[in-house]
Amino acid sequence: MASEELALLQGRFGYLTERPSADHLAVNCPAENLIEFCTALRDEFDYDLLLDVTAVDWDAASPRFTGIYHFLSTSKHEYLRVAADCADDIHPSLPSLSGLFPAANWHERETFDLMGIHYEGHPNLRRILMWDDYPYHPLRKEFPLAGIETPLPAADVAEQTKASVLPAPMMGGPFVSSGDGPMSQTEPRARDESWTEQREKPTD
Amino acid sequence: MATTTKEISIADASSRSARVEGELSGETMAINVGPSHPTTHGVLRLMMELDGDVIKKCEPVVGYLHRGDEKIAENMTYNQFVPYTDRLDYLAPLANNVAYAMAVEKLAHLEVPERCEAIRVLCCELARISSHLLGIGVYGMDAGAWTVFMYTFTEREKLYTLFEELTGARFTTSYTRIGGVARDIPDGWLGRVLEFCNGVLPVIDQVDKLLTRNRIFMDRTVDIGVISKQDAIAYGITGPNLRACGVDLDLRKDKPYLGYEKYDFEVPVGTTGDCYDRYMMRGEEVRQSVAIIRQVIDQFPEGPYYAEEAKKIFAPPKAKILSSMEELIQNFMIVTEGPQIPAGEVYFEAENPKGALGFYIVSKGGGVPYRLKIRGPSFCNLSILDKLIPGHYLTDITVILGSLDFVMGECDR
Repeated sequence: MASEELALLQGRFGYLTERPSADHLAVNCPAENLIEFCTALRDEFDYDLLLDVTAVDWDAASPRFTGIYHFLSTSKHEYLRVAADCADDIHPSLPSLSGLFPAANWHERETFDLMGIHYEGHPNLRRILMWDDYPYHPLRKEFPLAGIETPLPAADVAEQTKASVLPAPMMGGPFVSSGDGPMSQTEPRARDESWTEQREKPTD
Repeated sequence: MATTTKEISIADASSRSARVEGELSGETMAINVGPSHPTTHGVLRLMMELDGDVIKKCEPVVGYLHRGDEKIAENMTYNQFVPYTDRLDYLAPLANNVAYAMAVEKLAHLEVPERCEAIRVLCCELARISSHLLGIGVYGMDAGAWTVFMYTFTEREKLYTLFEELTGARFTTSYTRIGGVARDIPDGWLGRVLEFCNGVLPVIDQVDKLLTRNRIFMDRTVDIGVISKQDAIAYGITGPNLRACGVDLDLRKDKPYLGYEKYDFEVPVGTTGDCYDRYMMRGEEVRQSVAIIRQVIDQFPEGPYYAEEAKKIFAPPKAKILSSMEELIQNFMIVTEGPQIPAGEVYFEAENPKGALGFYIVSKGGGVPYRLKIRGPSFCNLSILDKLIPGHYLTDITVILGSLDFVMGECDR
C-alpha cells in the first residue's frame, strides 16, 4: 500500500525522495516545491487533515533544520509524513502552509516560537507559547534545559522588583546522570547541567 | 417604574436582529476574558472587540501553562517522561500514558501481550468516561444547569477510587511503562469496574432527562457555535468535536490499535456541528465506552501483563529483581540508561477523549529521545476560536468554550 502510494506520488512529482520511517509513508520534499506538493496532496490525493507541523534541529549537521508535516486522509485513513530541509542554517525559513490549511497557522507560530523557523507568507508570525519579547528559541539544541536569565515580560514590574526570569534549579530533578566523574558527583540531573553542591556552576 | 412585557420583547427582538445583520452603530468596546476566569476552564485568555453585545473580533491567547515538556523529554529517558504525560490532558491521564507508551513501542517495533492490551483498553475507556463526565458536568454548569455537575462528579469520584486501586494515584496515574504497565490489575478489580459501569448508565440517562430536552439548555446551545465539516477538517479539529460536525473519523475504528477491531461499538456522528451536537456526542460516547469495557472484561485474556521478551526495554517486576541476578542487571541497565530504542522516526496518534493525541518521536538509538513533539488536540481545537466566536453574543462564549471541552495542560504543554 505504502509503496504503491509512494510510486504514485513520485511519478507525479519527480523531486520527492523516500524518507526512512518506522511507520507511515514518509517523503522528503524540497522547500521550494512544498506549496505545490501540499496543494496537490490536499486537492488530488485526499490528504485533507493537516495534523501537525513541527521541526527537528539536527545540531551540528547541515542542513540543520528540517520541517516536518503530518497529514491524515479522512477518506483513505492513511498517514503521510512530509519533510522539508531548510537551506539556511543561520536563518532557517520555509514557505507557510497557512493559506492552504488554516490548521497550520498556530502550528507554524509554535514552531517559529520554539525552533526559530520563519514561515514565509504567514499572516501573523508571532510567538504563541512564550511571551512576545522572549529572545530565545528554547527547543534549539544549544539552548540549555535550565533556561537562560531573561528580563521579565512586564517592564514595569521588572523595574520595581529588579527581578528577572532565572534558570530553573536543577538539583534533584528526575533527569539523566551526566556520567563523567565519580558517582557522588554525578547524581541524576539534567544532561546539559553538570554542577552540584561540590562543583560550582560555571560562570561565563 | 412600570415595564410592560411588550417593551421587553421589542428590546429582545432588536438585539436578535443585530446579531443577524451585525449592524449596530456605535463605538466598539475591548473586553478581556482570562487568563484566570471560570469560563475559560484553565488559563485561556480571549481578547475581544464588542459592538454592543455582539463580538466582532476575538483573539485567543494561549501559552500561560507552557512548561516546555518537549525540551524536558529530550533530557530524560523514555520511562522518566511517563509522569509528564499525566499532565498533558490532566482529566484523562491514563489515556495519555497509553498513547505515549504505544508511540515508543511502535518505534521499537514491540508488540505487547494481549492481557496488557486489554488492560490498556480498559484504561483508555475509563479515562474517556471520566473526561466526558467532567466535560458534560461543567458544560451544564456553564449553561446554568448546576444539578448535572453534582450527578456526574459523584460518578467521577467512583472512577477515581478505581484508578487509585489500579495505579496507586487518583490523578497522576503514571501507569504505563514502555513495553507494558506498571503492575497487574488488583484482585476483584474487574468486578468493581463492571459495578461502576452498571451505575454510570442510569446517571447518563438522568443527565439526558435534565439536559437533552431542557428548553433553556437548548436555547443556549442549538445553532450556537456552528462549525462546518470543511472548517473542522481545515482547522485540524479532531475527536468528538470533529465528529459532531458530521465527519466520521475515529482512530479506534479507522486506524485500530490495541485490538480495538475486536470490539463491537458504534461511533456517534453529529449533523450540524453546533454546541448542542457536541454535548450529544459525549453522552453517547460514554455509553459506547461502557459497551467496550463490558466486552473487554467478558473475554479478559490471561498471561503476562508486559512484554517479557523485551529484556532491554521493560524492567521486570520487583519480586524477580530481588531474587534473580539476571533480572537485577536488567533492571539496573534500564533504570540507569533507559529502555533501548532503535534509531528512527515515528508518529503515533491515539483517539483520546479530547481528540487525537499524537507523539512524533525522533530517536538516534539509546534510552533518550532526540526529539519528541506532542500534538495536543486541545491546541488545534482552540485554533478555530478566532473564526468561530465573532458574530455571537458575549454570553455565548461560556457555552462555546464549554462545548469544545479543552484542557490547557495539553494545549500549552
